[in-house]
Amino acid sequence: EVDLEERLYELDLRSDSDVPDVPPPTDSTPEILKKALSGLSARWKNWWIRGILTLAMISGFFLIIYLGSFMLMLLVLSIQVKCYHEIITIGYRVYHSYDLPWFRSLSWYFLLCVNYFFYGETVADYFATFVQRREQLQFLIRYHRFISFALYLTGFCMFVLSLVKKHYRLQFYMFAWTHVTLLITVTQSHLVIQNLFEGMIWFLVPISSVICNDITAYIFGFFFGRTPLIKLSPKKTWEGFIGGFFSTVVFGFIFSYFLAQHQYFVCPVEYNSETNRFVTECEPSELFQMKKYSVPPLLQAVLGWETVNMYPFQMHSFALSTFASLIGPFGGFFASGFKRAFKIKDFADTIPGHGGIMDRFDCQYLMATFVHVYITSFIRGPNPSRLLKQLLILQPEQQLSVYKTLKSHLLEKGILQPSLRG
Amino acid sequence: QESESENRLDGETASDSESRSEFGGSSAVPTSDDTPEVLNRALSNLSSRWKNWWVRGILTLAMITFFFIIIYLGPMVLMMIVMCVQIKCFHEIITIGYNVYHSYDLPWFRTLSWYFLLCVNYFFYGETVTDYFFTLVQREEPLRILSKYHRFISFTLYLTGFCMFVLSLVKKHYRLQFYMFGWTHVTLLIVVTQSHLIIHNLFEGMIWFIVPISCVICNDIMAYMFGFFFGRTPLIKLSPKKTWEGFIGGFFSTVLFGWLLSYVMSGYRCFTCPVEFNNDTNSFTVDCEPSELFQLQEYNMPLVLQSVVGWKTVRMYPFQIHSIALSTFASLIGPFGGFFASGFKRAFKIKDFANTIPGHGGIMDRFDCQYLMATFVNVYIASFIRGPNPSKLIQQFLTLRPEQQLHIFNTLKAHLVDRGVLGSPEDA
Repeated sequence: EVDLEERLYELDLRSDSDVPDVPPPTDSTPEILKKALSGLSARWKNWWIRGILTLAMISGFFLIIYLGSFMLMLLVLSIQVKCYHEIITIGYRVYHSYDLPWFRSLSWYFLLCVNYFFYGETVADYFATFVQRREQLQFLIRYHRFISFALYLTGFCMFVLSLVKKHYRLQFYMFAWTHVTLLITVTQSHLVIQNLFEGMIWFLVPISSVICNDITAYIFGFFFGRTPLIKLSPKKTWEGFIGGFFSTVVFGFIFSYFLAQHQYFVCPVEYNSETNRFVTECEPSELFQMKKYSVPPLLQAVLGWETVNMYPFQMHSFALSTFASLIGPFGGFFASGFKRAFKIKDFADTIPGHGGIMDRFDCQYLMATFVHVYITSFIRGPNPSRLLKQLLILQPEQQLSVYKTLKSHLLEKGILQPSLRG
Repeated sequence: QESESENRLDGETASDSESRSEFGGSSAVPTSDDTPEVLNRALSNLSSRWKNWWVRGILTLAMITFFFIIIYLGPMVLMMIVMCVQIKCFHEIITIGYNVYHSYDLPWFRTLSWYFLLCVNYFFYGETVTDYFFTLVQREEPLRILSKYHRFISFTLYLTGFCMFVLSLVKKHYRLQFYMFGWTHVTLLIVVTQSHLIIHNLFEGMIWFIVPISCVICNDIMAYMFGFFFGRTPLIKLSPKKTWEGFIGGFFSTVLFGWLLSYVMSGYRCFTCPVEFNNDTNSFTVDCEPSELFQLQEYNMPLVLQSVVGWKTVRMYPFQIHSIALSTFASLIGPFGGFFASGFKRAFKIKDFANTIPGHGGIMDRFDCQYLMATFVNVYIASFIRGPNPSKLIQQFLTLRPEQQLHIFNTLKAHLVDRGVLGSPEDA
C-alpha cells in the first residue's frame, strides 16, 4: 500500500491542493499603455486596458472582414495554431515534460497531419475547378484519405518507437493530451471555415453573438449583479446571464437585418478559377429575401403593427443567439474548470488584460459546431459540387445507371422537359 | 523525484515473465486466477509453465471455433458481437482509468462515461443505418424524422452530457474529473470509431472482415511460434518477448496464409457479396453478381518465378493481390498496435487489461492489434476498391433544389457523352 501511495504522489492525485502552481505568466502590457495610464488606480487601469484591447480586437475583426474570405481563412488557421500551442504548452508545464524525447516534434506533426486531412476533405470540394486542371493535385485528391492515414500512421509508429523506459506514463499522457486538444481545436476551426463558405453571415452572426453575450453579460453583471450563477465562476451572476441573453437576442436580430441586405455577406463563397479569387455573388436564397410576416396578436397590441417585413434568416438568428447565450457559457465554464484544475490563471499572456487566445475563444467552440450542425440539418442539403465530384469518380456503368435514375426522376417532377431531350 | 520513483518501480517490471504473481503487489488492477476449475484439475499434474501454455492453447482454439460459429450465423450476429466486444473494451479501459486515478467514487462519472458511449454509438449507428437501410428508413415515419435530423439530435445528446459534466465539477476534484473526461474521450475515439469501421468493412462483404482479422490472428500466432523455436534477436525494448526472427517469420507466413485464405473464400458468394438488407424478407442477404475482384483471371507469371514454379500463367483472383497488401499491413504495422498497448500497460503498471479470458487477459489484449487494421482496411477500400456508394449519392441528389439537380444532371450528361459512354446527346 505504501508503494502505491508514494508512486501516485508524483501525480498529485489525492487532492487538488497538493498540485504545485504553474508559474504565473508575465505582464506583457505594452509600455505605451502603461505610461498613458500610469496616473489611474490599479482597478481602473485594468478596466481601461481591457476596454482598449477589446476595441482593438473588434476593429481588427472588422478589418479582416473587409479584406475578404481568404484573409478570414488565414486568420482562423492562425488562431487554431495559437490555441493548440497554448494548450500543449500548458500540458508541458503541468507534466514537467518539456524535455520528453521527440514530443514537441510529434505534437506539431500530428497538428499538421490532421489539418492536412481536413483541408483536403473540405477545401478540395470548393476548389474543384482549380483541381481538375492539375494532374498532381488530382492524384492527391483521389487518394487523399489513404495519404492522410499513412501520414498519421507514421506519427503513431514514431510515437511507439520513441517510448522511453522511465517516461512511459508521461508520454502516454502527452499523447492523449495532444489528441484531445486536436479534437477540440482543429475540428472546430474547420467547422468554422465550412460555415464561412456557406456565407459570411453564418460566420459573423454567431461569433458576434458570442462576443455580445460576453460583453453584455459582463455589463449587466457589473451594474445589477447579485445572485451567483455557478460556483465554478464566482464572477458570473444570474442577472448578467439573463440580461445578456435578452440583449444578445435583440442584437442578433438587428445585426442579421443589416447583414442580410448585402450579397457580400449572404452568398456562398465560391472560387472563381478564371480570376483566381473568391467571389461572393449570387441570387440570394429565400432566406435572405424580405417576407411579410403576420405579427402574433399578443405583440400586435404592444407594437401596433399588423404585419412586419423581415428576412427569414432573422428567425434563424433567434436560434443562434439563444444558443450563444444559454449554452455558449458552458464552454466558458469548462475552460474555467480547466484553469482551476491545473491552477492557471489564464491560458497564456498573449493579449494584455485578457489572457491568451483560448481565453477569448473558449465560448466560440461549441458555437461553431452548433452552427454547422444547424446548417446541415435545417438549412441546406448536401453540397452540390461535392456530389458532382463523387459522381464523376464512379465507374462508367455506375454513372450510366445513376444517370438513368436521375433522368427518370427529373422527368417525373417536370424539371426536365421530355420533348427538348434535356 | 518522479524519475526516481519510476526507476525504482520499473526495475520490478523489467523481466517479463509468464507468472502472474510477481505483479500482484504493485499492479493497479489486482488479477485473480480465472481459469475454470475443470481445466485446473485436468492440468494439475503438469508444471506451471506447460500448464500456462496448455491453457493459452485451449482458449485460443476455443476463440477461433467461436469465431467460425458466429461467421456461420451471419452478419446480424457478427454486428452484435462487434458491438459487445466494443462495449467490453470500453469498460476495460475505463476501469483501468478508475483504478489508476482512484476515482471510482467521482460524482456522476460512471453514469457520464456510459452516457457518452451511448451518444457516440447512437451517432455512428444512425449514420450507418441511414446509409444501408435507406428504403426501410424512408418507409417508417418516426425513423424518417430521426434520420433527417440525425446530426442535430446526436449533437444535442452530446451537449447534454457536456453540460452535465460542467455542472458536476466539484471543487476538490477538478483535475481528476478533467483527467477522466479526457480518458473517456480518447477511449471513445479508439474503441468506438474503429468498431464502426469494422462494421462498414463487414457491409462491403464478409471477406473484408474475415481476411484482415484472420491475418492479424495468424501473425500473432506465427510470430509467437517462430519466436519460440528460432527467436534470438530482440525486436523492441518495449516487448522483450518479441524477436526479429518471429517478426519476419510471422510476416512471410501471414502473407502466404492470407493468399490461401483469399483463394478459398473468393469462391463463395456469401463472403464476397456486399451485405444488403432485403425489404421484403426483412433480413440480410448476400446475393449478387460477384464483382471483378472475385472472378478468376489469367495472370502472366513474372519470368523470375516462371523458372521456379514452372507455370507460364496462373489463374487467381484479383482480390488475392489485395490480400498481399492487407497481410503486409497486418504483419508490419499491426504489431505497432500491440507495442502501443504494451507501452500503455507498462506505463500504468498493469499486466493485462483485465482477466476476462483465462491465459490471455482481457478482450483488449486480444484486440489491440486489430484496431489499426480495421482503420487501414476501411481507408484501403475507400481509396482503392470502391468509389462512393451510388445509392447514397442518389439519395443526396434527391434533396437538392431543382436548379441544382438540373445543373448536376447536365454536367453528368456532358461527361458521359465525352467519355463515349452515352451514344450522342439526343440518344439519351
